[in-house]
Amino acid sequence: MIENGKPIHLQARAVIPGSAQGEALVTNSPLSFWGGICSETGEIIDRRHEKSGRIVTGKIFAFPNGRGSSTSSAILLECIRAGTAPAAIINSQVDSAMALGSIVADELYGKSVPVFLLSEADFSGLCDGDFVHINPDGRIDISRQRRDPNGSQ
Amino acid sequence: MLHLSRNDQQMLEGHFGPGCQMAMRIVVRLAEACGVPELMDVTGAHIDGCGLLSESSLLFAETLAGKGAKVSIPTTLSMGPLDLQNWRKFNIDPSFAQKAIRQGKAYESMGCIPTWTCAPYQSYLTPRFGQQIAWGESNAVAYANSVLGARTNRYADFHDICAAITGRVPRCGLHLQENRKGQVLFQITDIPAEAMQGDDFYSALGYLIGVRTLNQIPIIVGMSAGVTSDNLKALGAAAASSGSVMLFHAVGITPEAATVDQACHGDKPRQVIEVTPQDIQRARNELSTAAKTEHLDAVILGCPHFSFDEFRQLAECIRASRAEHTASETRFIVKTSRTSYSLIENNEMLDLFEGFGVEITLDTCVFHTPLLAPETKVIMTNSGKCAYYAPGELGVKVAFGSMQQCVDSAVRGCV
Repeated sequence: MIENGKPIHLQARAVIPGSAQGEALVTNSPLSFWGGICSETGEIIDRRHEKSGRIVTGKIFAFPNGRGSSTSSAILLECIRAGTAPAAIINSQVDSAMALGSIVADELYGKSVPVFLLSEADFSGLCDGDFVHINPDGRIDISRQRRDPNGSQ
Repeated sequence: MLHLSRNDQQMLEGHFGPGCQMAMRIVVRLAEACGVPELMDVTGAHIDGCGLLSESSLLFAETLAGKGAKVSIPTTLSMGPLDLQNWRKFNIDPSFAQKAIRQGKAYESMGCIPTWTCAPYQSYLTPRFGQQIAWGESNAVAYANSVLGARTNRYADFHDICAAITGRVPRCGLHLQENRKGQVLFQITDIPAEAMQGDDFYSALGYLIGVRTLNQIPIIVGMSAGVTSDNLKALGAAAASSGSVMLFHAVGITPEAATVDQACHGDKPRQVIEVTPQDIQRARNELSTAAKTEHLDAVILGCPHFSFDEFRQLAECIRASRAEHTASETRFIVKTSRTSYSLIENNEMLDLFEGFGVEITLDTCVFHTPLLAPETKVIMTNSGKCAYYAPGELGVKVAFGSMQQCVDSAVRGCV
């Protein structure tokens, strides 16, 4: 789909503006932060989720949308306070709980996690392990490691 | 561009005090972030943000209350982080309790009604059909939209209280008629009416619907006309946990679905999914992570909070078990609201429960208050919502079964 080693550019809408860079943690399965993320450790604790056990802290965390509980905003806020939050969040559907957790963190602590929205087509182009640089205007630069013919990195 | 009314603008400029100003600033920032062009009025709210206790949630509540914020519309509270009357009986850490009490006081001081329940629709101040409201707590949202026909989005923690203070919300989503159209039709097939009378059937059905619809609006055809409020509560809670269901239409049962045609606003459903007895069995299996015969540490009922009718059903289950007491190492916890509890307070059922070893806790939820001992390994429940979240939130294995199976397992001390 994408040529090896060549940077990819995508344009996202900045729901909560900001810049960030880091390794992408990408899932196509929706996730509820409450019941899904431990605010003390940043671990995905939804044992039914495909990324159960992975750590979101410092990652560019891409998941299509929230699910379930209305307490997800409170978990994101507490993650931001505790320093366990992702570096940025990318969704393919607006998730008001993510925006809200970030807005309230800004109100209370003067810090927030940027939240971006990609089209579903662009979202499906993200891969777990991509190195992602997000600019304040929503431009996303992705560099992907060259893969060997067997498909492993 | 977000259009603000003159009153919105005044709130934003601080004419009604700094608490209202902060709440309005959050409402406005959120509307802008989500790209919604205007705000609208709501006339009732239900707060979920009072449930989880964390350093930041406490700071948020005390900041708003400290700035003098008051709710401007009738506002009920969802379950809190503490059984405010009985916490000492449950060996709750006093330092946790003190913070929980502070958080509760902050919400009460803003003028919220101390209902402290996740099932407000069975408690107090039930919204009317078509009423525009701002409710938090996913199961309550599903019930309010689907069963009552009120109109709400799923208000995230903190947004709920800001909506209650300002009386204003972004005009979008399920507040608007055109977004309430049913999309995926579930046809219940070959399931005998007796099977639909079990309390666990609706949890399993809700779980399955949540998994299969994600965030679309389901239509359910073939549900028994004898379905109860508690059944619909269980269904909505499970569907809102395994999926994002905020509204379902049960044809012939819920108020916006006299017919399939009405539920679909005259269109055809995008997809039709048959629900067979095998599908229900598969859903039951998926909700359980504990093996049969495993040692059982606790039964947990009342997720969402138990109603009077469920207490009556529990009394029948205990009598049917012919046992006097649970196994000595198995706890039996029932969560309810102070409103439902007040209905059984002088009832002889209470003696039966006490003798059997039932611990009744008010105002709270095992997910938000440290009620279970850390060594708890296996729990059992008839709630699809509790079964869905328990492995991650409580770090336990869970067995899913009917209320009678929960009682019988508690007597044996194993699943």
